[in-house]
Amino acid sequence: MNAPAAPIGPPMWLLAEVTYRCPLHCVFCYNPVDFARHEDELSTDDWLRVLHEGRELGAVQCGFSGGEPLLRDDLEVLIAEARRLGYYTNLITSGVGLTEARLDAFKAAGLDHIQLSFQDSSREINDFLTHTRTFELKQRVGEMIKARGWPMVMNVVIHRLNIEHIGRIIEMADALGAEYLELANAQYYSWALLNRDQLMPSREQLRRAEAVTDEWKARLAERMRILFVVPDYHEGKPKKCMNGWGNVFLTVTPDGTAQPCHTARMLPGLDFPNVQEHSLRHVWFESEGFNHYRGTGWMKEPCASCEDKEKDYGGCRCQAYLLAADPDAADPVCPKSPHHEHVAAALEQAETAAPSTKPLIFRDPKESRRLCGQD
Amino acid sequence: MDGTPRLGHGFRFQWEPAQSCHVLLYPEGMIRLNQSAGEILARCDGNRDIAAIVADLEQAFASPGLRPEVEAFLTMAIGKRWLRLDAPTP
Repeated sequence: MNAPAAPIGPPMWLLAEVTYRCPLHCVFCYNPVDFARHEDELSTDDWLRVLHEGRELGAVQCGFSGGEPLLRDDLEVLIAEARRLGYYTNLITSGVGLTEARLDAFKAAGLDHIQLSFQDSSREINDFLTHTRTFELKQRVGEMIKARGWPMVMNVVIHRLNIEHIGRIIEMADALGAEYLELANAQYYSWALLNRDQLMPSREQLRRAEAVTDEWKARLAERMRILFVVPDYHEGKPKKCMNGWGNVFLTVTPDGTAQPCHTARMLPGLDFPNVQEHSLRHVWFESEGFNHYRGTGWMKEPCASCEDKEKDYGGCRCQAYLLAADPDAADPVCPKSPHHEHVAAALEQAETAAPSTKPLIFRDPKESRRLCGQD
Repeated sequence: MDGTPRLGHGFRFQWEPAQSCHVLLYPEGMIRLNQSAGEILARCDGNRDIAAIVADLEQAFASPGLRPEVEAFLTMAIGKRWLRLDAPTP
């Protein structure tokens, strides 16, 4: 085990993934592909204790996500406690199932911020782009959010199937009264990796999308802030994943497994603690899972002698495992990686004009069981 | 410069014992504040106008002539939407 050289600071973010249940079937979902194997959920009392322990460690931001967090009946109880403890509370939701009564309960609980995500399948893109059901749902929910004084923050995942419509998407977000819009290019983990051939845009598509976004940024500067998140495959630069392993984020998954990011459970040979057995203090400071990739001591070449190693910490461990079958390797997104060919090949594939003939795999429990061989 | 500053939409200001400083929290983010920024923002409660904030700071720190420093900070903070400035009541 590699002991980190620098003292470990407190976590800033507690991410409560309260459930993997979800009414949607997004093809780019970052929940684990085998989520159906992890159906257990922490009790209300366990979550309350986790919130308390996280705040004691010094976490200031608390995110409630999933799955669809609205499916937890106790969400307002958890939000109220988080707010009372002094967290800034963020709810990340698709808005599906959100009612006036529920929003009133969240307001009374002191919820600080709602991020309304635009979930989609190819069907829903069409819905959205043609002003039908999805648009109406978002409009209704958006109005309910604004009426209660919350800022209107929207997130849309961008990929090959909607990237050509990015101007239209921004226009729609403006019509919905969005004050912040995050256009996040799909990252290729979990379900998005299964569907990568269908989802990855070409360089030209990406270039055009950025140009269109820049035009809209200038036009809407007074009323909307737009953030365009470039996919790291195209950028050719490893990202400082999660702002450093065990550095800022502490994620607790629905069954209580604590991880430095929401996908780290896939990494082989790492033992992530469960909050039902360990305090968050132990999880953050002492557990093998959180210490293993802290700092730079675990690195091998080309990272170990790289001048950027403190900047990007070798990129993403999950991406290294998924593409190079080695979680200790340099992130293959980096041109210095001996496995960069995998990324280059995927990018080349995306340059071909022909649409992929592979069917999209939609995120649902049945597919999940099939994919992990339980069906 | 005149008027009554209050926190911007979606921002929250609080003392963080774990970091021994005031912070400004907003959707998915945090700004750590130095002592003087913290002292100014602590007084931007939507009740005190700029003149009252300056007077209060000058008294608390027994230091006259703080108005330029306060105005510079408020201008920056309004530009970043940390604060809104309500027009002075006639």
